[in-house]
Amino acid sequence: MNSKIIRKLGFPTLVFALALLPAFGVIGKGFTSHVLILILLNAAMAQAWNLIGGYGGQVSFGHSVFFGIGAYGAAYAVCVGGNAPWGGALAGIIIAAVVSVLVSYPCFKLKGHYFAIATFAIVEIFNRLFMVWDWIGGALGLDYPILKDSWKNFTWASDKTGYYYGAVVIFALVFAIIKYLEKARFGYYLRAVREGQETAESLGVNSTRMKLAAMALSAAVAALCGAFFAQYNYRVDPPTVMSLDMSMKFVLVAILGGIGTFWGPLLGALVLIPLQEYTRAYLAKLGSGVDLIIFGLIIILMMEFQPGGIMGILSAVRKKAIAARSQKPEGAR
Amino acid sequence: MSMLIQVVLDGIWSGLLYGLVAAGLSLIWGVMDVLNFAHGEFLMAAMYVSFWLGFLFKLDPLVTWIAAGAFLFILSVLSYKLVVKRTMGKAMAPLLATFGLSMLIKNFAMNRFTPNFRILSDTVMDGKSIIFGEVVIPVPQFVVGIFSLVVLGALYLFLTRTRFGWAVQATAMDAEAARLMGVNTERIFLLVFGIGGACVGVAGGLLPSYLATHPDIGTLFGLIAFMVVALGGFGSIPGALLAALIIGLVESLAGFYFAPVYKYVAVFGIYLVVILVRPKGLFGW
Repeated sequence: MNSKIIRKLGFPTLVFALALLPAFGVIGKGFTSHVLILILLNAAMAQAWNLIGGYGGQVSFGHSVFFGIGAYGAAYAVCVGGNAPWGGALAGIIIAAVVSVLVSYPCFKLKGHYFAIATFAIVEIFNRLFMVWDWIGGALGLDYPILKDSWKNFTWASDKTGYYYGAVVIFALVFAIIKYLEKARFGYYLRAVREGQETAESLGVNSTRMKLAAMALSAAVAALCGAFFAQYNYRVDPPTVMSLDMSMKFVLVAILGGIGTFWGPLLGALVLIPLQEYTRAYLAKLGSGVDLIIFGLIIILMMEFQPGGIMGILSAVRKKAIAARSQKPEGAR
Repeated sequence: MSMLIQVVLDGIWSGLLYGLVAAGLSLIWGVMDVLNFAHGEFLMAAMYVSFWLGFLFKLDPLVTWIAAGAFLFILSVLSYKLVVKRTMGKAMAPLLATFGLSMLIKNFAMNRFTPNFRILSDTVMDGKSIIFGEVVIPVPQFVVGIFSLVVLGALYLFLTRTRFGWAVQATAMDAEAARLMGVNTERIFLLVFGIGGACVGVAGGLLPSYLATHPDIGTLFGLIAFMVVALGGFGSIPGALLAALIIGLVESLAGFYFAPVYKYVAVFGIYLVVILVRPKGLFGW
């Protein structure tokens, strides 16, 4: 009984609770707010990747391209155009979706490692082109001017409450879309294509169209997250927003949480982001890179012992609990 | 005209270098179907071995490549035992686990050796060149090219002419069947990973003769090695050599005709075009 109620009401309750947090004075200028915002943003990014990588089974290392296009859209509107970021962000989202379809259509022919390596190549091409494209600042990137704090500018100089609400909206929107798609016809088709493309096609599912639609939606969401990141980070440059490192962030959070699951991306972000931010803050005296050394170790251990991620651990624990419970009555009798 | 010859020769030198770097990766990928993401970091580790031996004991990379190859053999065997073996056969797990390994190695180097570029001064080959009329052949690149041909040739002969090589090929085609025929596939995997690592160790051991060593140097080399192997086709040594030469030539010609900043755009672009026409690579089956 309990698990059913949790499944039905868990997500709306969580969003409601997140939206109420600022009322308790938790959100403001501190480091905690920063970490919370990053958790929500990374959960949304990983969920975007999860749609095509988890539910669709196409492991892409190219999502930083879409993230970067969204980031540059917002940043260009503000830094070069002198406007509010909204129009630029919208343009970035649309361009990212179009680019994703144009790039993925031929690449979906490739299988396994060949697809993965092709997406590496695409990231490198975009990275290097953006590095020399002076119209958008080239290798120096775009620096934000000082603007008045407002929702119109989506800018707050010190108080992070506005950004926090923005992150909650993105998180809720993305997770709600996935929640809906999980139970919609499209979600079933997509998983059918992942499990067996030929079988799904023989039953009349247009696998290419399903994968392209998932990729376009995934790219649009990645671009939205990128636009938010540009506003939050206050500058964009190719090594930060459009690089393999950024691509790996999408993949790692999703995989550590558990791919192809609804809660996985949030759990992955809940573990990884605090780890990353706090180790960076507290282990700095041990020299550079210690946080990433620990990160690397965790990835290795997770892949060795539970490739299903945190969701995999949870379901293993639950299975054990159920097995223990079903054994108990016998002993009691 | 002599300019063009010069550019083509430069492309051939870098192509041969890429071939040498990719040889081990090709072997590992072909036999085990594992994409070792830490390959570039293995190269970087080998460069540090050679650099420190040169810096502390005044040994030349022409000698220390042996030590770097041996060190990388051990590092690879350990990586196989501790990381790859425990994740093999689980979809993307080996790729991501070796990505974790690459983060570990890269940041360990960053932490211990700082991000500084380290240059080995006055090595035997540094700055020397052979001049043919108007064409200049730099000695370090030339020697690395020779090493590349020797290593790739040896690998090819080893795979096609020896009993152990046949066992490796049998394992690559169908590990299950090979095991039933009495091949110790576990030992094959271990040795293939070790030999693959030793190959990149040789490459990394030679490189400090003319390249600066730093923790990030493996990233680009690793990516190019992926391209070479995927372009050449699943575990094909001749394919890898041809792909490496194509990539080296494209890089050099694009750098000459457009601008140096576009050379990797051209390299990755050509890769995409070829792979889309031949999804399994040039020599793949």
